[in-house]
Amino acid sequence: MNAILTAVIPVVAIGFICAVVLVAASIIMAVKEDERIPKVRECLPGANCGACGYAGCDGYAKALVEEGVQANLCVPGGAAVAKEISEILGVEAGEVEPKVAVVHCGGDCKSTEDKINYIGIQSCSASKLVFGGKGQCGYGCLGLGDCREACPEDAICIENDLARINTSLCIGCGICAKACPNHLISLVPARRRADVLCSNKDKGAVTRKICSDGCIGCRKCVKVCPKEAIDIVDNHAVVDYEKCVGCGLCAKECPVGCIVKIDN
Amino acid sequence: MTKLIIILLSAVFINNYVLSRFLGICPFLGVSKKLDSATGMSIAVIFVMLMATAVTYPIQMYLLVPNDLGYLQTIVFILVIAALVQLVEIVLKRYIPSLHKSLGVYLPLITTNCAVLGVTILNIDEGYTFLEAMVNSLGSGLGFFLAMVMFSGVRSKIEGADIPKSFKGLPVTLIAASITSLSFLGFGGVIENLFA
Repeated sequence: MNAILTAVIPVVAIGFICAVVLVAASIIMAVKEDERIPKVRECLPGANCGACGYAGCDGYAKALVEEGVQANLCVPGGAAVAKEISEILGVEAGEVEPKVAVVHCGGDCKSTEDKINYIGIQSCSASKLVFGGKGQCGYGCLGLGDCREACPEDAICIENDLARINTSLCIGCGICAKACPNHLISLVPARRRADVLCSNKDKGAVTRKICSDGCIGCRKCVKVCPKEAIDIVDNHAVVDYEKCVGCGLCAKECPVGCIVKIDN
Repeated sequence: MTKLIIILLSAVFINNYVLSRFLGICPFLGVSKKLDSATGMSIAVIFVMLMATAVTYPIQMYLLVPNDLGYLQTIVFILVIAALVQLVEIVLKRYIPSLHKSLGVYLPLITTNCAVLGVTILNIDEGYTFLEAMVNSLGSGLGFFLAMVMFSGVRSKIEGADIPKSFKGLPVTLIAASITSLSFLGFGGVIENLFA
């Protein structure tokens, strides 16, 4: 009994002394925070999505007050939040370009087939490890919903083995883009007029065999576009959203229908 | 004096904590990606090693040994080091905010770094005097610094190299670490003979 006491008492005593010293130090040497930080923090949406590039809304609020970074980095909050913040800080609000996420894949279960019967862990990143995913196309949507799990706004659903994003719910935080192991999701300007729904980097003939909706890189869209807004990069079409005027000619011309016109 | 120099040099080169004792591998692999963060982490480690030795050595000598409580060494040292790091962080935040900012997240990370605990315990085991213990801690910190800086250079080369897919990431980093560690084997016996 005595031996236990002689061991326990010094340890408890040292722990107690450490605790007292730490508490005293934290009270005596408390650092005053700028009172604008909590105010700015309250304006921010609090989704902690990290789209601004800082670790959560707290981090962004701190950077705004202390480092004077731009007030328009909050994508979910948009222009309204930028305006509120700039009123608190007394700086000019910048323009906020609203963005939405787009899945650059159109290969649902009707247009492409499975190459293996995957029965492992039901997540995209796990299935990607097994022969690059269950589908024929190694670049396409894996359809197990890692993006759906990641989405803070429940804006993503899986239909026919293909992730679909409800653009009216999407806040443009880009968390899904990070979650997708095939990097199919990207943030695009919400006012975009056309989307390419394919990311396959194989040559046209290979793509043709595995997916009826895959871009075969035929360059018809490139030729028909009056504004030279489309280019073929890595064997699939890519739209320059700045140049695109939304004429819809590419969508009509595309033989596989992987370009869609967006009506805003 | 010669003994102090030998202790210092052998702590840096021969008994390098990372490369030959394999302590503190976690920050060695985790924070060595960039030179900036590697330097920041190492400076924090040097600082904490010195502070930890200065505090734990008297505790061992004047509290634990006289009361026959040597077996409490590990738990008491962990307790003291953890509290010490927190205290240092509070003090730095108040008085030297610039240093606090540059050490950043690394300072609290060191709380549970086994290299720091290892230094304090080995100082006792080697039977050093207080001065020798402090010199050994400084040398160990410098050795950590050297390993981190060297390895961040190695890693920046690896980043750009064309590596087979199965080796990408951690595997090739571990292989590189083992080769770096092998090269430090060459220092064995050099320091003692310098002053012989």
